[in-house]
Amino acid sequence: MHWQIDLFILTLVIVCALAAINVRDLLGAAVLFGAYSFLMCLLWAIMGAVDVAFTEASVGAGVSTVFFVAAVFQTTRRSKD
Amino acid sequence: MEQLLQEIVAKYNYWLYIILMMIGLYAIISKNNLIKKLVGMNIFQTAIILFFISISYKEQATIPIIRNAHGPGHVSPEAIQATAYMNPLPHVLMLTAIVVSVATFGVALAIAVKVYGEYETLEEDEIRTRIREKIK
Repeated sequence: MHWQIDLFILTLVIVCALAAINVRDLLGAAVLFGAYSFLMCLLWAIMGAVDVAFTEASVGAGVSTVFFVAAVFQTTRRSKD
Repeated sequence: MEQLLQEIVAKYNYWLYIILMMIGLYAIISKNNLIKKLVGMNIFQTAIILFFISISYKEQATIPIIRNAHGPGHVSPEAIQATAYMNPLPHVLMLTAIVVSVATFGVALAIAVKVYGEYETLEEDEIRTRIREKIK
């Protein structure tokens, strides 16, 4: 593991997390949360946990984004904060 | 002071995991929208998983699959060195944690959809005022 790659992706993860909880549009939050999960999966692949990265890519980034988008379409896109 | 700074820089990943965890906690406590709270919960969970995975990492080690032990009728000729492989135990535990986190996220979103059907809003303060109006 090169610490430069690790630090770079970790910074991107934190930026994505901050953006996902601060954006006003819930569909935007869903997309940013998917990006967050994929970056997390990349981080685990770098750390040598390939099985965990694989599960996160399919279950965390795939299925939970689908759940999120489905929930947003059944409720509302607007959010006050 | 110099030494303290060195300690902080040497363990930079742990500090960043703590920051990520606190972002999640902040979202759970102070966000008003129910779905935003759920995103915060998920960020908190992934920060903890990240911490456990980083414990299992070893410098100059490979992924936990035994080398020279595959193929028909082949047995590894050399002894297995534990230091040559990353620790697979945290990986297995966190694999379960990821699946559980997706399950909790799905159930929580289903409850949020039900709440929206009842009160036609996802904001916590508006739900409170609607409940108060209903009681009166």
